[in-house]
Amino acid sequence: MKQLNESGFVPIKQQITVLLSSLVLPLSVMAASPANKADTEQIQRGEYLARAGNCMGCHTTRGGKPYAGGRQLNTPFGLFTAPNITPDNETGIGSWNGEDFWQALHYGKGKDGSYLYPVFPYTEYTKITRQDADAIFAYLRSLSPVAQTNPPHKITSPYDNQFLLFLWRTWYFKEGVYEPDHSRSEDWNRGNYLVQGLGHCNACHTPRNVWGASKEDKLAGGEIMGTYWYAPSLISPKEAGVGDWSTDEIVRLLSTGVSAHAVTSGPMATIVRQSLQYLSDDDLRAVAVYLQSLGEKRSDAIPGKIPPMPERVRRYLALGETVYEKRCQDCHGKSGEGVPGVYPSLAGNRSVTMISPLNTVRSVLYGGFPPATAGNPRPYGMPSFQHIIRDQEIAWVVSYIRNAWGNFGSLVSPEDVDSSRGNEF
Amino acid sequence: MKFIVFILSVILSGPAMAQQPAPSGIPDTLEQRVKPCTICHGDEDRAGRDAYYPRIAGKPAGYLFNQLRNFRDGKRYYQAMAILLENLSDEYLLEIAQYFASLKYPYPEPAVNTLSSAEIQSMETLIHSGDPGRDIPACSACHGKALMGVKPYIPSLLGLPHAYVAAQFGGWRNGGIMRGQTPDCMSEIAKKLSQEEVNALAMWLPAQPVTGESAEMEVLSPELVQRCQTIFSREGFPQ
Ligand code: HEC
Ligand code: HEC
Ligand code: HEC
Ligand code: HEC
Ligand code: HEC
Repeated sequence: MKQLNESGFVPIKQQITVLLSSLVLPLSVMAASPANKADTEQIQRGEYLARAGNCMGCHTTRGGKPYAGGRQLNTPFGLFTAPNITPDNETGIGSWNGEDFWQALHYGKGKDGSYLYPVFPYTEYTKITRQDADAIFAYLRSLSPVAQTNPPHKITSPYDNQFLLFLWRTWYFKEGVYEPDHSRSEDWNRGNYLVQGLGHCNACHTPRNVWGASKEDKLAGGEIMGTYWYAPSLISPKEAGVGDWSTDEIVRLLSTGVSAHAVTSGPMATIVRQSLQYLSDDDLRAVAVYLQSLGEKRSDAIPGKIPPMPERVRRYLALGETVYEKRCQDCHGKSGEGVPGVYPSLAGNRSVTMISPLNTVRSVLYGGFPPATAGNPRPYGMPSFQHIIRDQEIAWVVSYIRNAWGNFGSLVSPEDVDSSRGNEF
Repeated sequence: MKFIVFILSVILSGPAMAQQPAPSGIPDTLEQRVKPCTICHGDEDRAGRDAYYPRIAGKPAGYLFNQLRNFRDGKRYYQAMAILLENLSDEYLLEIAQYFASLKYPYPEPAVNTLSSAEIQSMETLIHSGDPGRDIPACSACHGKALMGVKPYIPSLLGLPHAYVAAQFGGWRNGGIMRGQTPDCMSEIAKKLSQEEVNALAMWLPAQPVTGESAEMEVLSPELVQRCQTIFSREGFPQ
């Protein structure tokens, strides 16, 4: 796996040879001659990188043929359909060459030169090296072509305007392959490349402005456009910053979906299932090292004193406690302590106390299982309560768990519960 | 919907959910793992006959496995289940299917039969003889003489709620996402039935007492096996 670890940063001379060999590759693949060892290796590396970039996650519909596209992505700018990227000549990218592919991944341009929409996260993929892009292309070329025509995007006016997209790009898109920082370790650089580039964590974990462009604060957390989930900050220790976590625990969470202190849910569980669980141990460690460096440390100053609660608030929380004892305690424990690796603790859980209650309300409304992964193949599940208790009761119990056992968070109203509804299913 | 909510809240506040002391050790069982499922597919006929929740305990494993994959993969639609199943693997779904298939819960009492004797007569003909004129085989030719299903892919027709049976035929006949997006032997038959027949079936089936055992594949004629190939030849179920 050493080879993978270094793949981002290869000396120029080597890059040129690889570049040359990639130019002849499509021919050899098409001729179906027994691909030579270098080609096979490149294809395998491409498959791995495609996993790390989770290309399949968007370019495959639920239950559909891999990479044949058709998945619909809902954004405030319209409904986008991921295209077919199998090597079918008519409906896929069968007629593309390595340069066309590079133009798409690196510059966000389609084969006809039109600008692509940034729902396709080329704003992050631009950091991918040419060598890695070529490997991904070689892998896609090696797939069986699937003839599948997908519906066109339904873009809300005025966003369907290429000129606006051009303006958007000049303001918000900075093209450029990742430049290693030689004052940092190899792991840190590899992690940075994976997180900021191929892994496109920014696509969700960054606040968006009204133009759907990421704001300055990369990875500072944001509500994911069109999905009703909040992707927490990977910097703040009050959200999902992991500055104080051990490398092992970060690796465990990202590769299995659960750890002693946290559990992945919703879109994050999907990312773990589709992508992160397949990363090599070296790469996961590199990601962990980089995430640790991003995370701000918890300030050791006196933990913010919890102000005394007015009687009215205590009564509200007591109602939540009753719901908790009846519906939740069996799994999450009398004191919200949970069962490590089985049921997440709610006491001291940042997902529960962070400012946005959205994810917590959603967990209670819809329930869910952490992802089934090689490291946690038979996860335990959380029931959905949307049909079982009223919004008022959900508001009580969420307010309660945000303020019990030393937790401290704002109260939640039934209106907050109702406005958290909605999803892609 | 209101009615379901009401029923569930009555059921869940009843003794069935009575709290045990907080467990020190969580049992390492499938029963514990699939708690989110048994809220709706409970150990008794919790939701009652009129509600919409189908029984899944004791159904053949291959059938349940196929349905779970369908719900997860968007080929059969029910939001609450789509969300729960989203990130589960084929291997795990197979295990969950086998778990529910192995359960033996008591069945509900049959519903009161409100059909006229003429209607009953024509239902019995349809079920046990089919209608060769319209190329409809007898239901029992596929679902077994006792209508208790044929392992491992064909489910029992008995013990299902009225609203559920009606909804399934609706799904097949409209070819919507609820069921029957991809045509198979069952959706073809459902499309050939008249709305009156569907209505009568949804009354007749829940009124039958549940007796007998599910049958084995040998009872199916080669012609019917051929007809249901798209279902029987799906990969992943160990024979
Ligand atoms: C978050 C979802 C998402 C992910 C992840 C994603 N794509 Fe895409 N991709 C899209 C969408 C949507 C488009 C269409 C953009 C447009 O038409 O403007 C697209 C367009 C493309 C195109 C242009 C195809 C054409 O016909 O014009 C290529 C090539 C492509 N993606 C390759 C990839 C590769 C390789 C990866 C993984 C490294 C990847 N995509 C990951 C959503 C995604
Ligand atoms: C499709 C959107 C999406 C992408 C892409 C994504 N995340 Fe997340 N992530 C989320 C959401 C939503 C949550 C909150 C739910 C949760 O806690 O699991 C989350 C939570 C997390 C957490 C905190 C988990 C916890 O419960 O403490 C970490 C750490 C994390 N993400 C890391 C990453 C990294 C690293 C990447 C890139 C490799 C990434 N995420 C990519 C959506 C995303
Ligand atoms: C049958 C066991 C069970 C019951 C009962 C249960 N939960 Fe959970 N809960 C879980 C599991 C398992 C998860 C992890 C789910 C996931 O990853 O999607 C979870 C996750 C959560 C989360 C998200 C935690 C995080 O770190 O992201 C919250 C909040 C939560 N539960 C609150 C509740 C509340 C409130 C109740 C009662 C109304 C409740 N749970 C009842 C098993 C249960
Ligand atoms: C909120 C209630 C609810 C929950 C929770 C739920 N189900 Fe269902 N289930 C239903 C309903 C309603 C249907 C019928 C849907 C339809 O019309 O097709 C169904 C259908 C099924 C079927 C198909 C039955 C048949 O005879 O074709 C299976 C199998 C199943 N559920 C298994 C599960 C499993 C496993 C879980 C847990 C992961 C689960 N369900 C969770 C309500 C629920
Ligand atoms: C050619 C064989 C065949 C015949 C004849 C047939 N069925 Fe089916 N039926 C099936 C198969 C196979 C399934 C399972 C479909 C699936 O996997 O989605 C099924 C499923 C069903 C279900 C769904 C049960 C559940 O738990 O969701 C019902 C209801 C049903 N059939 C009713 C009937 C009735 C009524 C008749 C007679 C009019 C009939 N079937 C005739 C093969 C047949």
